[in-house]
Amino acid sequence: MTAFILCFILFLTGFFGILTKRNLIKIAVSLSIMEISIFLFFALIGYVEGGVAPIVDPAVPDQLVVDPLPQALVLTAIVIGLATTAMLMAVIIRLYRKYGTFDIREINNLKG
Amino acid sequence: MNQLIPFFVITPLLAAFLIVVTGKFVKNLDQYFASFILLFLTCISFIFLFTTGENLLVYKTGGWEAIHHIPIGIYLVMDGFTAIMVCIINLIGFLSVFYSVSYIKKFTSGNYYYALFCLMVAGMNGVVISGDLFNIFVFLEISVISSYALVAFGVGKNELEASFKYQVLGALASCFILFGIGFLYWKTKTLNIADVRVVLLEAYDQRFFFFVQILLLCGFGLKAAIIPFHAWLPDAHSSAPSPVSAMLSGVLIKAVGIYVIIRLFFNLFVPTETISVLITTLGTLSMLFGVFLAIGQWDIKRLLAYHSISQMGYVIMSAGIGMILIARNVKPEVATLAIAGGVFHLINHAAFKGLLFLNAGAIEHATGTRDLKRMGGLASPMPVTSATSFAASLSISGIPPFNGFFSKLIIIIAAILGKFYLLAVLAIVVSIITLASFLKFQRYAFFNKGEPGFRKHIKEVPFSMQFSMIVLAVICLLLSLLAIPAVRDAILSPAVHILTDPLKYSSIITGQKL
Repeated sequence: MTAFILCFILFLTGFFGILTKRNLIKIAVSLSIMEISIFLFFALIGYVEGGVAPIVDPAVPDQLVVDPLPQALVLTAIVIGLATTAMLMAVIIRLYRKYGTFDIREINNLKG
Repeated sequence: MNQLIPFFVITPLLAAFLIVVTGKFVKNLDQYFASFILLFLTCISFIFLFTTGENLLVYKTGGWEAIHHIPIGIYLVMDGFTAIMVCIINLIGFLSVFYSVSYIKKFTSGNYYYALFCLMVAGMNGVVISGDLFNIFVFLEISVISSYALVAFGVGKNELEASFKYQVLGALASCFILFGIGFLYWKTKTLNIADVRVVLLEAYDQRFFFFVQILLLCGFGLKAAIIPFHAWLPDAHSSAPSPVSAMLSGVLIKAVGIYVIIRLFFNLFVPTETISVLITTLGTLSMLFGVFLAIGQWDIKRLLAYHSISQMGYVIMSAGIGMILIARNVKPEVATLAIAGGVFHLINHAAFKGLLFLNAGAIEHATGTRDLKRMGGLASPMPVTSATSFAASLSISGIPPFNGFFSKLIIIIAAILGKFYLLAVLAIVVSIITLASFLKFQRYAFFNKGEPGFRKHIKEVPFSMQFSMIVLAVICLLLSLLAIPAVRDAILSPAVHILTDPLKYSSIITGQKL
């Protein structure tokens, strides 16, 4: 249970960062923190107390194994997270070239 | 027939790859190739629309059969509702790509544009045909990441800022969605939508799943831009190149937002009164505030973007009315009518909002401005744009004989029959304000005198742009045929039946008798 609470605190840390930070890079970092907390959550829900890696050994057929599906999901989600972060960073670099600042308060052309 | 289902994802993915590889060597191949691929997909999707009917086609990826009625592979499902969605996606996609052939010439590196466009279509097709929660997430990310890039395609100050906002909120939405999927998997140990419903029938922990529903509603609501989550939409839709705006507004917010919300809350969760009232309230708020925010806009594309929020409110509201009636277990025929109205309005909105954004693009292409105050008198130099946008404006404000009238009528009748009188009145009021707002658009853009000298060098847009606009205007008229009972039974009813009868959906997919 402690692990779940710590994971949720990590999620809230990321969320707090997105809401309060003014720097574009820091917002991107907060998003990554949030994503990582969810990956951790997925790894936790697949964990079985005392389980081993889910490789079937013919000698010991009835072993207690952890759930392999969330691990597969996490791998996919990490790749997607990488794509999102790369795209975000590319746009941040372009924004810096146009505006000459990382401060989100000065990037406010669009209103209404 | 079900062997054809994966082609909706494979062909555009392959096209995106080939366009990037060959685009550098062969000139102009990219645009014709992308148009051809999307035309091909439109043809298959129409075959599916006319043959699927009440059937439910399942394609099991990799040939993994279910063991003890527990699905283990990834399932791709084609039913009535999905068939309608793939038709919308590929048809609007084809017309937008064909429109882009002339429009995109002012940008450099056109082959990346067409590749991203195909990737976006692949993602949306994937979202609507997949019957698996995590697969929906993966395809959703494919389509939204390519749409982030397409919004920023102009790489100007505004485009980059809009794309940044869109990306931060989009990534937040993805986090919520992934979190919700994690909770669902934790409790049910399965990700197949039909199978989750079977598990939920046995044990339904209402408080736990209320939390999951809120998470998923926040996530998909952010993608669908329902009112408290709408901040990114006007910026992103007005900054993107016009054919992309037509795709974003006409298709993307429906395929990755509204479609998934409707699918999850009807076919996956057991409807409860609390969540359905919440959904109806959010829909009504979007409908009202969207139109109030739209009325003061002078930028054409911003005005249209706010109207998207408002029109999507109609869809969510009528789906919510259906959900409330199902949760209360009263008046099933009114619930069916409300959902039918919602799905009908979803189809109509794709047609007329796609057309309006293409018109806005044509005006911007010809005059170089999007400010309504600076234009005027475009009716005589641009007859095609003027006529088609007049048709679309009448459609969106609900004037017969255009399609918007019939879908709004069905929604209002359903609201009255379900005794939601306040919602019916609000729907009528919003429709009238929409009419006022579009009369303003017509008057300032096409019929006013305008500044002297403004009209001198304005010519009608090239053929490919005219073609797409005329086809969409004809579709706007033809869609009103869906109000005829015989046509409605063939096309709309299968979609509504699959939503109101989740047990049928689950029992066919899992092969279990329920």
